[in-house]
Amino acid sequence: MAAVQDTVEQVRSIDVDQYKYGFETQIESEKAPKGLSEEVIRFISAKKEEPEWMLQWRLDAYARWLTMQEPEWARVDYPAIDYQDLYYYSQPKQFKAPKSLDEVDPEILKTYEKLGIPLREQEILAGVEIPEGERPKIAVDAVFDSVSVATTFKEELKAAGVIFMPISEALREHPDLVKQYLGSVVPATDNYFATLNQAVFSDGSFVYIPPGVRCPMELSTYFRINEKNTGQFERTLIIADKGSYVSYLEGCTAPMRDENQLHAAVVELVVLDDAEIKYSTVQNWYPGDAEGKGGIYNFVTKRGDCRGKNSKISWTQVETGSAITWKYPSCVLRGEGSSGEFYSIAISNGRQQVDSGTKMIHLGKNTTSRIISKGISAGRSNNTYRGLVSAHRKAAGARNFTNCDSLLIGDNCGAHTVPYIEAKNPTAQFEHEATTSKISEDMLFYCMQRGLTQEDAVALVVNGFVRDVLQQLPMEFAVEAQKLISISLEGSVG
Amino acid sequence: MAPLLEIKDLHAEISGGRKIIDGMNLSINPGEVHAIMGPNGAGKSTLSYVLSGKPGYEITGGEVIFRGVNLLELSPDERAAQGLFLCFQYPLEIPGVSNMAFLHTAVNSQRRKRGETELTSPELVRKVRELGQTLGINAEMLKRPVNVGFSGGEKKRNETLQMMLLEPYLCVLDEADSGLDIDALKVVSNGVNALRSPERSMLVITHYQRLLDYIVPDVVHVFAAGRIVHTGGKELALELEATGYAQYQNEAA
Repeated sequence: MAAVQDTVEQVRSIDVDQYKYGFETQIESEKAPKGLSEEVIRFISAKKEEPEWMLQWRLDAYARWLTMQEPEWARVDYPAIDYQDLYYYSQPKQFKAPKSLDEVDPEILKTYEKLGIPLREQEILAGVEIPEGERPKIAVDAVFDSVSVATTFKEELKAAGVIFMPISEALREHPDLVKQYLGSVVPATDNYFATLNQAVFSDGSFVYIPPGVRCPMELSTYFRINEKNTGQFERTLIIADKGSYVSYLEGCTAPMRDENQLHAAVVELVVLDDAEIKYSTVQNWYPGDAEGKGGIYNFVTKRGDCRGKNSKISWTQVETGSAITWKYPSCVLRGEGSSGEFYSIAISNGRQQVDSGTKMIHLGKNTTSRIISKGISAGRSNNTYRGLVSAHRKAAGARNFTNCDSLLIGDNCGAHTVPYIEAKNPTAQFEHEATTSKISEDMLFYCMQRGLTQEDAVALVVNGFVRDVLQQLPMEFAVEAQKLISISLEGSVG
Repeated sequence: MAPLLEIKDLHAEISGGRKIIDGMNLSINPGEVHAIMGPNGAGKSTLSYVLSGKPGYEITGGEVIFRGVNLLELSPDERAAQGLFLCFQYPLEIPGVSNMAFLHTAVNSQRRKRGETELTSPELVRKVRELGQTLGINAEMLKRPVNVGFSGGEKKRNETLQMMLLEPYLCVLDEADSGLDIDALKVVSNGVNALRSPERSMLVITHYQRLLDYIVPDVVHVFAAGRIVHTGGKELALELEATGYAQYQNEAA
């Protein structure tokens, strides 16, 4: 019950009306030459001291990317991106992979402190009052521009057999694991942005959970774009071996800048027999100003492969940031009895454009999937749910339940739902429910008559609307997410 | 003694539309219960909306003084914090927001506005449970989303609970008996009567006399064509029950 109350109180205590995470860290950086070329890719690969096969893997992707066209089917509109006008790699100067937190540049530590992201191991995400000793531990991998600057709780995780490290490090320490799984879910041929990522990706997190292990704490990666004109291309690879479990969180912010910044990430999940990955995202990239100037272009490919029988993937996302969001976390339900879930809250305000949803691809027998999507549009934004549910010929007994609700705030925004449903097996059962509603003035008046300000009333009604999905988030993130939702909707009414 | 509420020559219309309140005067002293009766469509509900500040109405003349301040200058939430409570004829549903959380938010929003210390969760829960018991509202109903799937009687009991918890100076009850069977009516009336005090006043809007058997008024007004056309004691309600509103409607026209 306190949840909604907390929101209202927290919103009050926060300096609203502006993007809270918009500050810039003054730090010297070392960049690759501007633009995209084979040389730049070689530069990145050399910086990372990568093996030859890895360089070749990147170059193959680059060659393919040159022949590809940027997709145009999404309901988003933006000026052509000049891929030669970007930096593809940026790292803090004199950067050496730190061995401990004491070696991390204090400016960077301060940045994460300001963001409320704990790199000191005794700390946790801000916002929740939990007595000392009962606090859940969260291991964090902090990615600053193109490099991972710190990873916490490494020793404790190591004791449990869990591998959690920057992917560049994993390439050196566990090359066989990386080679076996990297690109096996999202291949080079997949799509324009994923292929670009394969060519230039700089860092990201690597997670391996050994058979039968329940990861002893939440793992999380925190992405921060700081540098100007720099794209961020991280790559995350998570493998849950047989009978294992991991909950993984991802958060993102960027400074306020007039120029648009490109973020093209790839996330690959592999789940073997009876294993489960729960992947939660709170995405709060800078959305641009009220007139649509600046903001992040967020073109992300996220896909999980339920490779083993009875394996499970659950995606939960809270999307409040970015000027453009193009993102469809998906599940390939290959293993017999595997299941996929997608819980999403996508909020757009100002001039933001969101085209997001999921794909549930049923390949194996008796596979199940569940989609709960809540889209909220305010200001002059456009918010599209785009989803695919398909059952292939062998997917006997496949089942899906989809619920897509849209809430409109004001008269100048749009909500769109584009579901694709394909069943090639006669025993597949798909259900689809969708509603679109407008936040009603009567409802707000009712709340105000009881003493709530208009903004508190909006926050309350919206939090009620998204409740089903918020409940899916780990508690620390749910609180964060509620704050974000309220802030994102500041000034959306009246 | 200064009146708690004073309405002077009030004129109001639906924004860009028809005139509804047309030169209304009314004065309510602390502790008094006033009933406003009148035919359907006379503007009784509009009066409750104009007092509570619902958007969509335009005040074209007159003033309303409530506890010494100009009510019409305040936003709806400020009016609530000042002690004005509207018991809705049709309470709104708020999906996904638990009743208890809503009550907590409402109480503390008001307390904050008045510069009072906020109630902690345990304090509030205790208070809500106690009040809930007198209204037959159990813990399960407090967990459910506000008014979602509530029966007509449950909704009105819930309104009464909010009113008892918020302890307003003026309770405006808009057709509080609509949708209630006789048992529910008794429960709600008992709740309202428990709130009667020398400091607190009530404005009971109804077009049936029935409710006034349970909530006995000090003063009864007949409201027709946008203003009060006749005022009497509690016996006036019984007269109206017998004779109807026709004579007053003619008077107003």
